[in-house]
Amino acid sequence: MRVLHLSLTDFRNYESAEVTLARGPNLFVGRNGQGKTNLVESLGYLATLGSHRVSSDAALIRAGRDSAIVRARIESGDRELLAEVQINRSSPNRAQINRGAIKPRELPRYFSSILFAPEDLALVRGDPGGRRRFLDELLVARNPRLAGVLSDYDRVLRQRNTLLKSARASGLKGDKLSTLDIWDERLVTLGSEIIASREHLVELLRPEVRAAYRAVAGDDHAADLGSVLSIRGTVRDDDDPVEQPDAAVPAAEIQPVFQEALARVRRSELDRGVTLVGPHRDDLFLSLNGLPARGYASHGESWSFALALKLASAAVLRRDSSTGDPVIVLDDVFAELDRSRRERLADAVADYEQVLITAAVEEDVPERLAAHTVRISKGTIVDQVTGSDPEVVPEVSP
Amino acid sequence: MYEGIVQDLIDEFGRLPGIGPKSAQRIAFHILQTETFDTTRLAELLVDVKTKVRFCEICGNVTEEERCSICRDPRRSPATICVVEEAKDVQAIERTREFRGLYHVLGGAISPIDGIGPDDLRIRQLVQRLADDTVTEVIIATDPNLEGEATATYLSRMLSPFGLRVTRLASGLPVGGDLEYADEVTLGRAFEGRRVVSD
Repeated sequence: MRVLHLSLTDFRNYESAEVTLARGPNLFVGRNGQGKTNLVESLGYLATLGSHRVSSDAALIRAGRDSAIVRARIESGDRELLAEVQINRSSPNRAQINRGAIKPRELPRYFSSILFAPEDLALVRGDPGGRRRFLDELLVARNPRLAGVLSDYDRVLRQRNTLLKSARASGLKGDKLSTLDIWDERLVTLGSEIIASREHLVELLRPEVRAAYRAVAGDDHAADLGSVLSIRGTVRDDDDPVEQPDAAVPAAEIQPVFQEALARVRRSELDRGVTLVGPHRDDLFLSLNGLPARGYASHGESWSFALALKLASAAVLRRDSSTGDPVIVLDDVFAELDRSRRERLADAVADYEQVLITAAVEEDVPERLAAHTVRISKGTIVDQVTGSDPEVVPEVSP
Repeated sequence: MYEGIVQDLIDEFGRLPGIGPKSAQRIAFHILQTETFDTTRLAELLVDVKTKVRFCEICGNVTEEERCSICRDPRRSPATICVVEEAKDVQAIERTREFRGLYHVLGGAISPIDGIGPDDLRIRQLVQRLADDTVTEVIIATDPNLEGEATATYLSRMLSPFGLRVTRLASGLPVGGDLEYADEVTLGRAFEGRRVVSD
């Protein structure tokens, strides 16, 4: 899969922008604050309906405007698609595929990309929430149906927590507890599906992560993955250190194990007014040579691991895609890496159909990724240099 | 901001569900500027609807009598009760002309976030209606969302000691639609609820 052409209207700092993209690597260069990341952020929006930088859509719309438009011509397998989304400030967003209206939440089915960003370091060093989000985004990219399961689980969790809090406030009346069973049932059904899907995904990622770590770090420090499963045992808070992963639960046993865990923690749940076990409390465990990466890995090792996780997810998406590779987006990543990691990362992404790179300093990026370079200044595409295709005329927007 | 009564009227319309500030203003000015607009009739209706209309003492549907027209109708079968969340769901099912039994309006669905528990719904009244052996089947027709499903599960557990048939409306593909345009959740449900055509 690759983006042939990207058009933006009133997106972030762009009044309008027209960018033609090449097969293989595309490099966007410009000083900080000129709008490089905004370009790739717009493509990220098509793939995830969100931004890696902000949680609300409003920041994506140019100041003083009511809506922003992202339009991308995409080559998907042997088909060409025109994907469009209109992000509105005060009304629901609208989306189109080949000029036919679709529900915006269906958009990610048509376009997949893997974004690497400086924030990825938090996958290794940060809170479990970021790792859960990493797994869940990949789950949805592989199987869009799970988006519904995840949002239903979230809602059941909110309902159940509210009930636990009100039961605590009113002194645990028997009648309130009888409806708790109803929510338990939903929690277990939906939660078990999430746990099983994540477990399966971790198994798929494990060999890919090990190989990708070796490729990026240049040494084999036995990068490994495991799961921390709250239904397995002790109640942890998100910032408690974890020394080793929990044993996996076979898919058929997840529901009974979940139910037992709920029964075990019921008293403390009623005391604290929150749901203490379930996928919302789980974690992805990362280790190097058997030691937890969080807390033990050096800065460089943490970066290698973060890159390995992203490369592995790209490999997994690529493997079961019928529409070709996901588009690889490397947003300001090269500046974070030392020379040898830069070179090895460039090698690792070299055979993807399309790679989009942003950088403030052109020299940070290995030269073989600079074949098609786009220069950006103050929200304007000033210059497009295409080594392989001299026919492309630089497009300048007012 | 307008002055006095005009702004008061806009504010009041704006409080109604589904009416934003623009619509509220448009309605207020329509009433002000249209000479033929019968304000007395509207005002009387508003008063009447609050004073005369009440909820059927049996099923909870809206009515102007003690019992609603469906509960009073001798042609309706008392053996089946269809449980719905709101009175407007009764109208939806009535439009099908398929169902000839009676209704029971719960007045919502279990939703702790909205502060609604089983005690806040007309579940006790439903249980009272099952005291004798007249009713043989309860059809649960709550909405096919999380809260509706939770309510359905609660009811089915509650009703299981009564020894009657408890059924749930099917969910799946819309009639006249295309399979390819169905969303994954709906299609997944349709798979779960598939029927045997031939064995």
